[in-house]
Amino acid sequence: MTSEVAIEFTVNGWSVHLRLDPRESLLDVLRERLGLTGSKKGCDHGQCGACTVHVDGRRVVSCLLPAVQVNGRSVTTIEGVMGLEGGLHPLQQAFVDHDALQCGYCTPGQVMSGLACIAEGHADDDDEIREYMSGNLCRCGAYTGILAAVREAARSSPVQEAALSRAADCGAAREADDPRES
Amino acid sequence: MRPFAYAAPATLAEAVRALSEAGPGARVLAGGTTLYDLMKLDIETPPIVVDVRALRELAGVDTTGQRELSFGAGALMADVAADPVLMREYPALAESLAKAASQQLRNMATVGGNLLQRTRCAYFRGGLAFPCNKREPGSGCAAIGGLDRGHALLGGSDACIATYPGDWAVALIAFDAVLDVAGPRGERTLALADLHVEPGDTPDREHTLDWDEIVTRIRVPVTPAGRGSTYHKVRDRESYAFALTSAAAAVSLDPDGAVGECRIAVGGVATRPWRCRAAERELTGAVLDEQSLRRAGEAAFEGARPGTHNAFRIELGIRTVAEALRIAGERALR
Repeated sequence: MTSEVAIEFTVNGWSVHLRLDPRESLLDVLRERLGLTGSKKGCDHGQCGACTVHVDGRRVVSCLLPAVQVNGRSVTTIEGVMGLEGGLHPLQQAFVDHDALQCGYCTPGQVMSGLACIAEGHADDDDEIREYMSGNLCRCGAYTGILAAVREAARSSPVQEAALSRAADCGAAREADDPRES
Repeated sequence: MRPFAYAAPATLAEAVRALSEAGPGARVLAGGTTLYDLMKLDIETPPIVVDVRALRELAGVDTTGQRELSFGAGALMADVAADPVLMREYPALAESLAKAASQQLRNMATVGGNLLQRTRCAYFRGGLAFPCNKREPGSGCAAIGGLDRGHALLGGSDACIATYPGDWAVALIAFDAVLDVAGPRGERTLALADLHVEPGDTPDREHTLDWDEIVTRIRVPVTPAGRGSTYHKVRDRESYAFALTSAAAAVSLDPDGAVGECRIAVGGVATRPWRCRAAERELTGAVLDEQSLRRAGEAAFEGARPGTHNAFRIELGIRTVAEALRIAGERALR
């Protein structure tokens, strides 16, 4: 047991090798070490959902995930979300179309959560969407728009998982190193 | 957060060895949703953390057994909550998981670790500014006479009224769950009812595990009353909040409509998961009607001690028990 831990994992298809202090959360590693600032730190205690990312295809709150625990796993962040043609993912477009954001701070977490909610099969009706999106708070109160966006994407876009795996394919086997490593 | 050493053993035996060598300050890390959260607040300051999240020996869920249900301590809350057999045959157990936390947290947290979650008392979590006999024995209790809206009405002491906030343990205790535990002295089994302790004079001690023991499995005896069960959770908001009051209820009904088997436990209101045997006796052999449901609720809250701001939760709790039993009764008829 040492005070620094070497880990290896993939982020949006990129392979990452880092030496970490065990105290670092996945959120801090994404933002501070890898420059992926799309995931937000809202509460740092797993209570707001603004830091939501996918690990091995499942949504988690990255602020409460010790980064050492993602060794050997695959991480997808909002930066890895896109449409099949490379533009906005249908859920992202639905967020725009339904005014599902104001300040935008909770939005990356809402989108990551919404994608997973649909993939989990938890978007069959409004009550279910509200229940399974309840881990994502929105201080601006854009909930009705978020609900409408998830509802629309669930109904009309069965290709969410395909879009996500396409993100993982882009940049597969490319290496990324922490610029602070020497 | 204080620096710590991180160990990721490959087997349960290695994990037990690592804990044992590390000493009483070490902590087991599974999902991290309690431990890592409290480490951010410097409430937990282990010098060494032993990661058991991926241990194969803790995996595996079997809800098809003829004698018992079996849950590996490392199984994720989300996966157990979605088990179709559990949802159909023991809805109280499935609901107690599905109504807890958020899907993100349920994808991280384990059913073993969930049992050992710690209180949400704001004075405990708030740190050194607030006297807390649980954090620093002998320093006092800021909640007693303080902002105690969410604090315990049952099982408290003059030293501590911190509420046990979990749901899964409440539903499990109603079904007489047992735990398998591994440690350097071997394996043992204990009733879940013997895991948690009330604060008494030593609120810093919350459970009966030795510091070098790891929960490996949760087992629940099969019962036909499982079908007629529910976990009813009343909160300030519709979802994603700890319980103001909650009740796990399970009943089986005789052909004439009288209650055969009855199981009741309450959550959100006590310092530990709280089995309500007096309420169960009240109902056994009785028909479920408005009066008997009310009597059961009142029996469950017999002896409840209100503080300054939490008295409303006694009446709320009585009604929660009654409603849970009503739902359980309906399901028992299906």
